[in-house]
Amino acid sequence: MEENNSIHIKELDEIIQMLMHRYGYDFSNYTKASLLRRVNRFAKETDSTTAYDLKYKLLNSEPIFQLFLQEVTVNVTELFRDPAYYKALREKVLPVLASYPIIKIWHAGCSTGEEVFSMCIMLHEAGLLKRTRIYATDINPANLEKARSGIIPLAHMKEYTTNYLKSGGKNDFADYYSARYDNAIINEELRSQVVFSQHNLVSDNVFNEFQFISCRNVMIYFDKQLQDRVLQLFYDSLSSLGFLTLGLKETLLFSVVKDKFNNIHKTTKIYRRKD
Amino acid sequence: MEKNKFDIITIGGSAGSIGVAVTLLKSLPKNFQIPVVLIIHRMKNITSQLNKLLAKELGIKEVVEPEDKEPIRAGIIYLAPQNYHLLVEQDNTFSLDYSEPVNFSRPSIDVSFESIARVYKHKTLGILLSGANKDGAAGLGRVIGQGGTAIVQSPETAEYPAMPKAAIDINPSVLIQRPEQTVHYLLNQITT
Repeated sequence: MEENNSIHIKELDEIIQMLMHRYGYDFSNYTKASLLRRVNRFAKETDSTTAYDLKYKLLNSEPIFQLFLQEVTVNVTELFRDPAYYKALREKVLPVLASYPIIKIWHAGCSTGEEVFSMCIMLHEAGLLKRTRIYATDINPANLEKARSGIIPLAHMKEYTTNYLKSGGKNDFADYYSARYDNAIINEELRSQVVFSQHNLVSDNVFNEFQFISCRNVMIYFDKQLQDRVLQLFYDSLSSLGFLTLGLKETLLFSVVKDKFNNIHKTTKIYRRKD
Repeated sequence: MEKNKFDIITIGGSAGSIGVAVTLLKSLPKNFQIPVVLIIHRMKNITSQLNKLLAKELGIKEVVEPEDKEPIRAGIIYLAPQNYHLLVEQDNTFSLDYSEPVNFSRPSIDVSFESIARVYKHKTLGILLSGANKDGAAGLGRVIGQGGTAIVQSPETAEYPAMPKAAIDINPSVLIQRPEQTVHYLLNQITT
């Protein structure tokens, strides 16, 4: 039952070339299997029956390209996702960060901000938030706009509360947001130290120095070559003995920087610069 | 020694599939020379030790939950990690995907089957076992579409027949087999 209207690898390459010329976004080093899947899903949603049809729409309509960007850059995220990771941060990382007079953090690929807010809550509980500056970046302007609003859907709050408690949180989670209809707004003082801004890991460079960089489940969509570029960028952006954290199934093992980091908490992928 | 008909075996299952999967895996020759990829639905937020349980059950050192960009090796049994879609790339590495669940499932069997079939083409053997939804049906279609071989556990032997039935409904050319027939099939097709 091979779908006859699906877009093939070769056609995907043509679409990638076109987007590069037309909009300046370069997807050529995204993993093909995953990108192809999401491009095909987008084609279906926009009733594009052929690759030509899809290309035509993307070329001629910027709003359609914005939708495309939203669809193909994955934006699935949660508060306190992987509680064990946050627990490890509380225990192994925050005490070290506490020794700096000013703490600088970069969340790369922050999507709609859930992981950033989780970090803010933990820094607040550790009494560190006031002297922390968080730079949260994403490729997608629509995500950043959402993130700046501090609004998250209320639907999953029960799950998030469980995550929070599992991460070692001791407070009443409901104190951190106000519910309004179907949404929750994260308290403004928790978000006050965050700057959301656009940054493309594919093409942009070092913009500051940080003691902690988090980039979780972002690079899984990049091929090895691009992963290596980004990891080198992170290495160059970290201060001496700075931390880098990845998603639970991501690893430095197959990368060019593998010898430059120690894995200080294996199961949750918290790495630390050796030098 | 004859050459393997297949370069990869992938097995998808949901509710009621683990016992059957173990039976099939046990029937593989001791030094089988191709990778085996399992996609089994699990609960989302409960850390599962399924890889360890399977290894113990099979009496082997490990069942590997692959990490992103891990090279695919022959003779290894892989299990799709919890809460990610598992895909394969043209250069024979795994890649992971955290996008929305497909068929309410992440990992989704459809996603993995389709991706594996795209790379391994007619050398793909896809096997779909018991389950209570319809994940895997479209994926087996892609296996067949690429010239691969698709086997479905016969619904009357499945604890939850919905998944096998859905696959049979949309793919008239699948092989419908009782588990012991699949064991026999594997013995004949997979050499060491």
